[in-house]
Amino acid sequence: MKPIPTRDGFGDAITELAITNKEIYVIDCDISKSCKTTKFAKAFPDRHINVGIAEQNAAGLAAGLATMGKVPFVSTYAVFGSMRMLEQVRTSICYPQLNVKIACSHGGLTPGNDGVTHQAIEDMGIYRTVPGMTVVMPADYNAAKKLTARAAEYEGPVYLRFTRDPLPIYYAEDEDFEIGKGKILKEGGDLTLIAIGDMLHQAVAAAEILEQRGVGVRLVDMHTLKPLDEALVLDSIEKTGKIVTVEDHNFLNGLGSAVAEVMAERGRGMLRRVGLRDRYAESGDYSLLLEKYGMDSRSIVAKAEELLNLGGKEA
Amino acid sequence: MEMLQKKAQELRCHIVSMIHQAKSGHPGGALSAADLVTALYWSEMDVRPQEPAWNERDRLILSKGHTCPVIYAALAMKGYYDLSVLATLRKMGSILQGHPDMKKTPGLDMTSGSLGQGLSVGVGMALGARANGWKSRVYVILGDGEIQEGQIWEAAMSASKYQLDNLVAIIDVNQLQVDGYCSDIMPVEPIDKKWEAFGWEVICADGHDMKDILNTFAKAREIKGKPVCIVARTVKGKGVDYMEGICDWHGMAPNDEQCQSALCQIRGGDAQ
Repeated sequence: MKPIPTRDGFGDAITELAITNKEIYVIDCDISKSCKTTKFAKAFPDRHINVGIAEQNAAGLAAGLATMGKVPFVSTYAVFGSMRMLEQVRTSICYPQLNVKIACSHGGLTPGNDGVTHQAIEDMGIYRTVPGMTVVMPADYNAAKKLTARAAEYEGPVYLRFTRDPLPIYYAEDEDFEIGKGKILKEGGDLTLIAIGDMLHQAVAAAEILEQRGVGVRLVDMHTLKPLDEALVLDSIEKTGKIVTVEDHNFLNGLGSAVAEVMAERGRGMLRRVGLRDRYAESGDYSLLLEKYGMDSRSIVAKAEELLNLGGKEA
Repeated sequence: MEMLQKKAQELRCHIVSMIHQAKSGHPGGALSAADLVTALYWSEMDVRPQEPAWNERDRLILSKGHTCPVIYAALAMKGYYDLSVLATLRKMGSILQGHPDMKKTPGLDMTSGSLGQGLSVGVGMALGARANGWKSRVYVILGDGEIQEGQIWEAAMSASKYQLDNLVAIIDVNQLQVDGYCSDIMPVEPIDKKWEAFGWEVICADGHDMKDILNTFAKAREIKGKPVCIVARTVKGKGVDYMEGICDWHGMAPNDEQCQSALCQIRGGDAQ
């Protein structure tokens, strides 16, 4: 199967789910074409609301719909879905725990050539800090479909982050996912790579290189940033001691920080974080940006080897 | 009519006492909205205090959430909870938070307090009610200062796009905001023309004339195919002479003496 953006997984899933779940609504903010919700709009015009370029209103309107028993998915880009409407999501949705999903395309550096204004590098960290919010980023089209379905079943606010750029298909169509449960994709005893979203593919490639060099790698897809699967992190600390986190996000307050918190409180393990190093990127091809900003598979290998060369399982 | 005026009087007494006991709160905007809220709970809205979650009830969103004592007192008087609860306003463990929390207070339809957010929620509720085939009407109380928020106008556009004739925005035009007169801080007039331009049916009312308020609500029910905006002219601090039109009473609690004087005035006068 050729690579597909995970936003397509969302668009396909929400249209299928809405056939049986009559309460599902999609609230668009003028960018339904690039958020892949036009199919839904066509199939369910009565349950599709386009508020135009007005994200704050989209969030509040969704809150109101949720109080009437609806399951609204607000669809926009991750930059706007996290920051333009943040306070509305915090006060009108998360504080009263209303059943609204914020489903965003253009996560991380995937809107590469659009440049910094459209690259969301703070979003997951922001929502990780909001009480009552769940934060999910699927790694491929099939995961996106399944996790959209899980989010629709889940009662309460969920932030879903998808990609604009195509990603290879890693999972089988019938693979199961559970919010809050990371997946061990490979076992190895020397090091754990914990990845989220699009970066899983970089981590898969990095694991292959490391294994060729004789390193035993445990590979984890941590598709749910919050609530973090702490048991899996702790188990990885016990089994491998050394962990490299991999995320398409600022390396502050995202997956790396979440894992670091668990490790620090346990007082064990050694960590390296791969992510955007607290700076803005620039316009450019997604894969070239990952390379330039130290987030591609080779950068992951370099971080892993740095950690392995320190020796010992304990700091 | 006399019953409603008595209720408004009682409501104002509770507002002053609650804020006095809490030693903090926002009396000015609660008193300016007291007659509107009285008309809503004792005449206009269809609600069931014994069944607060009744699906087809009318909804009220107090978008100017800081003035919540007016709603808290009305809900207690309607029997959603005991009147004695009013003394717990803003205290630890209370069901009456400093700003409205729908998860804590029975009868409260929405969490609010961050200005500008309530009308969007009202639009969503009105859409949901219509889709469900419920007869519920949705009322949103806004402050005139509050409509300086951009989100209000995003919501106003969407309400007229979706022709929500089950949605009523009530603007409590008491002319004051925290820093002074709205006309000095950031002019909002002409309010009626702005809402008309956004596709709303606008009805102007005297927000302290009970008869006018009831007539206005009745007129609003007749409007089909578009949302209604009631521009209610009010006086901030209405009913307490030393508070009326005085900006400082936006967010200040009366002391013992001031409280006594306020209660005397409200009880002694005819609350008009």
